[in-house]
Formats: sequence, structure tokens, C-alpha cells
Amino acid sequence: MIIAKKSRIPFNTLFTLAWRNLWRNHRRTLIMLSAITIGVWAMIFMTALMRGMVDDMLLNGIRNLPGEVQIHHPGYRDDPSINNSIATPDEALLKALQGPAVKAWTSRVRVPAVISSERDSRGITLLGVEPAGEVQLSFDLDSIIEGRFLKNSDDTGIVIGAKMAERLETRLGKRIVIMSQDPDNNIADRGFRIVGIYKAKLAGLEEMYVYAGIETVQKLLNLKDQVSEIAVTSDDYRHVESWYPHIKEAAGKELQTQPWYEVDTYMGTMLTMMDGFVLVWVVVIFLALSFGLVNTLVMAVFERIREIGLMQALGMRPSMILYQILIESFFLLVIGLLLGNVLAVVTIIPLQDGIDVSVVAKGMEMMGTSSILYPALQLNDVVLANIVVIVLGLLTSILPAWHAASFNPVEALGKD
Amino acid sequence: MTSIVCKDLCKTFQQGDETIIGLDNVSITIERGDFVCLSGPSGSGKTTLLNAMGGLDTPDSGEITIGDVRIDELGKGPLADMRLHNIGFVFQAYNLIPVLTARENVEFVMQVGGMSAAERSKRSFKILKEVGLEGMEDRRPAHLSGGQQQRVAVARAIVSQPTLVLADEPTANLDTVTSSQLMDLLVELNQHHNITFVIATHDIRVMKYAKRLIKMEDGKIISDEAQSQSPIPLGEG
Repeated sequence: MIIAKKSRIPFNTLFTLAWRNLWRNHRRTLIMLSAITIGVWAMIFMTALMRGMVDDMLLNGIRNLPGEVQIHHPGYRDDPSINNSIATPDEALLKALQGPAVKAWTSRVRVPAVISSERDSRGITLLGVEPAGEVQLSFDLDSIIEGRFLKNSDDTGIVIGAKMAERLETRLGKRIVIMSQDPDNNIADRGFRIVGIYKAKLAGLEEMYVYAGIETVQKLLNLKDQVSEIAVTSDDYRHVESWYPHIKEAAGKELQTQPWYEVDTYMGTMLTMMDGFVLVWVVVIFLALSFGLVNTLVMAVFERIREIGLMQALGMRPSMILYQILIESFFLLVIGLLLGNVLAVVTIIPLQDGIDVSVVAKGMEMMGTSSILYPALQLNDVVLANIVVIVLGLLTSILPAWHAASFNPVEALGKD
Repeated sequence: MTSIVCKDLCKTFQQGDETIIGLDNVSITIERGDFVCLSGPSGSGKTTLLNAMGGLDTPDSGEITIGDVRIDELGKGPLADMRLHNIGFVFQAYNLIPVLTARENVEFVMQVGGMSAAERSKRSFKILKEVGLEGMEDRRPAHLSGGQQQRVAVARAIVSQPTLVLADEPTANLDTVTSSQLMDLLVELNQHHNITFVIATHDIRVMKYAKRLIKMEDGKIISDEAQSQSPIPLGEG
């Protein structure tokens, strides 16, 4: 009786065949493995460096905004004048600001002003701040190079940047005059003594921001308890979506509540662009790798034409031949990925304290990053690199596998 | 019981501008349990006929029926299944998968056929013992002699108890003693297991083992004679 049952080779047999075939030519397999390992390492390592750079850029940016969420008067973004001020948080908003996701918050008065010394005058942004909150959100106490930061909200001193001090030809302990407009458009001015000089990571900021106590500024501008903005921060700017709606709801529709990527759309775009760039980078490296992978598999197939013909003659379906070659490719990719991942982690961990790139500090500053580059190894980037290599690797392997599966057994058995 | 029926088989090959006739209206019926030798000079069509019978190659025209299945009408997949379950092959050379051991080579067709591991193991040890390779089960082909490799190939060809074994010059690469041992083994399997053997060969000493001798020339059958199986020692031919 003729049996016509469908053949189905167990996958463990295909795995055995694929694994042993992989090591028939040690040298070629090792060379290809090295290429995949280095390629995967380059994908992950370079992505971590770029992520670190963008992270630094965004963190600096968010510190300078400041905060991951800002609450303003609806007209403030179009006209950041003193007339578009808001009241200090009410009970409902205060309750929301004490939520578990909120790390810190602060109120600020932020107005354009002119600073004058006996030598020069400059346009600045005057920041009336609550020192305790400001330190948690934005101001780095280590950036004070002379004197001190503000002690409290009614501190009558002023803190200016080192670059500004240089421009005004003034120094710590000297008096300067701040001039701005009150809500009635009257000139409001006052003398301040310089109590601190700070050095910012980005030199441009030293010429822009001048810090004074919020109550002192409110008095100067006849603002009572009005503020320009309320800034809120959490532990991770990436997860702002999870908590900012609660703040927005508590603030009410009369106030404009925005996450950082809406406050500064350029920064928001940077993050999206970075995600796209990582994908492009990973795919480009893979494309270079794919030529080697296809070449290795094509060589492996051509070396085994007769053997493949024999397996077909014995009753192995073409689809099984295809699977066998794909499994071989899968092994190659998985081993390369494992080694590449390990190599990437091993090389990134010692660099967690940062890479000094001060030799290109000027350029880095122009991009909004500091001169120490911290690689940021993100799980989703590692997963992306692994998925791209596996999926595209298998897709690329289909061509030689298909070629092997479509051999005519008689012709294949007749090959020398 | 009829094993194979070939009817009006034609097959041509193109070699540059030249058309070579592989099979020219070949018709043949082979009964179950027969032991047939196809003989003839190179290019006479014996391997082409063997390949067509085994479903490895399709004829340009004509019919091939094994049992009640028209194999010339089957697609690649079903043809592979039919070969797996019904036909055993022994080729002239390069018979084994080099990365598998002798036992794994024998088990290969059973694995593809979905047989349980225990049954596979039992059968492979038994058949390797039967072909005289006891103790060599875990050797890879590179560590077996040519004769031993052919014995593994024979073991693999018959282990899943096919109705038909096709062998193409099975002794071509073997010395006379090993060839004789191999042919004795095939005759024994033919007699004890009622397996049909069709062997393509040049070797007159191998032909003596056949119950039926078919001579071919230029793709045609020129004689088809029954004979008594009277092997002569291969070393004395």
C-alpha cells in the first residue's frame, strides 16, 4: 500500500542540523559572528552616546524652562508681560502638587528687565524665585562660584552670571540697579547688592538670567502675591504624560497647563527626532551587516548543494530545507546579538561617570549640551536593535534559504 | 501485486544546442518483491529511468504509477512525502549527511516521517546491526570507510520499510569484497523483507544478483529478461 502521509520533521532535528552545519566552517562562522557582534555593539553603544547627548540637552533645557510642566496665564505665552500673571496655587492645585509623581514645584516671577552697573547696562530676564523650590527644580548650587545663592523669598540680594558680571565690569558685593515695568506700565527700579555669581553649563544663560527673591520682586513690581508661572518637576521627564493631566485638571481651564514638550516644541521634536534617528542608525548598520550575512549563507548553501539534494531525495520537503537555513541564520544572529549586547554593556558601564569631551566644548554648548557626555543605555533602544537584527536578519536570509529550497534534487545530487 | 508501472516515458535534456534523449517511450512494469537490474552504457538512460521512478525527476510525457498513485502528477511537497514513506534510495556516492552520525543518518528518514524517538532508536540499532555496523552507530561519515558508508545508506534506505529501493551504482566506489558483501545484503533484504529493488549498474557481477535484467541503450529498453539469482563472487568476475 502506498502511504502519502505528510512529512513533518521535528524542529529539534532541524535545530541539530542547523547548529552542526553552522560549525562546519568554524572560521567563516567566527568571522561572521565577529561582524554581527561589532555591528550590534556599535548600534547599542553609539545609540547610548547619542541618547546621553540628547538626554543632557533635554535635561539642561528642562532645567532652564524650568520644570516638566508649567502653569501660566493663558495669554502669557504670547505676551510674557507682568499683566499676564496668575495667583499662587489654590487648595485644589496645592493638593495635586503634593501628589506622589511630583518631585518639586515652585512659583516664579519672570519679567524682562534692564540691569545696570556703573559701567554698562544689559537686557535680562529677571527671575523672582523661591530659593528652596528653585534649587530643586532648576538652580544648581554647585554653579555658584562666588558668594552664595539667595537665602529666602525676601532676600534683598541678587545673583548674576559670571559672564554678566564680566560684561557689566562688576563683581561680588557691588551694587547694581534693576529696572522693569509694573502692571500700570510705570517704571519700577531698585538697587540690589550682588550676593552671588554663578557659572552655568551653557555660558549664554549667564548673560540671560538674574535671580532675586520672589517677594522682593513682587514688591518691586507691585504684584502682591501674583506670579508669572508655576513650574513642576518629577523624577523622569519621559513619563510626564502619566501625571501631568492631574495637574492640568486641578489647575482648571482658566490656567494654561503645558508639559515641557509643548512649552518648548523644539525640545519635544528633538526627542521624537532622536527616536527616528536611532531607528535609521540601527537599520543602516544592519544593512552593512546584511551583505556579510547573505554572503555567509549563500556560501553555506553552495557548499551543501548535494547534501540538500540528498535530503530532498530522502523526502524532506522544500519548506523544511528553507526552515533549516533560516534556523542556521537565527543561531548566527542570536549568538552575535548576545555577544554584541554583552560587549555594549561591558563598554558602557565603565563610562557611566561620563566622557570628557571638553575638547569640543564650544560645539557641544551650541547644541545645548555640557562638555561631559554621559552614555544613556535605554532598554527600549537595546530591544529595538535586537528586534531589527533578528527580524531583518531573518528576512535577509530568506533569499539564500529559498534558493536552497528550490533546488531540483537530481540537479543538486549531480553537482560536484 | 504490481509495484511500479511506467508507461510511454519520454525525457529529453538540452545540452547547449543539442537535444539529448534520456528516455524514449519506455514502458515497464515491476512487480512487488522483484530484484531488477538496469544495465547499459553511460547515457543509456538507466539513471534517468531510476530518477523518474523515484519521483526525483519528472518525465516530459508518459505515466508513472506506484501502487495506485500517479507520481508524475504530484507536486513537489506530496512527491517528497511519497518518497519519504515509500521509496528508499542508495546513491553512488555522497550518500550520507556529514554532520549526522551513522545512527542519526539512519534515523533521519524516520524523524522526517514523524516516528517516535524510542521506535526510531530501536529500529536504527537493529538495522545497523543487521548491516554489520554494530558499535559504529555514533561515528560520523568522515570516520567510516566507503563500504561502511554505503551500508549506512542501505540501512537508511530500508529502515522505514519502503516498498521500493532504488539504487544507482551502489557498488561503484567500493572494492570487490565490500561490493560482494553489500549485494549479498541487498539480496537478503529482498528475500526476507519482500522489498522491491531496482538497481542501475554497469557492473556485470552486480547484474548476476538480479532476478530480472533490463538492458537499455539510447533511452530505450533493448532487452528485458528474467534470470535466476546466481551471484558469482565479485572478486572473480
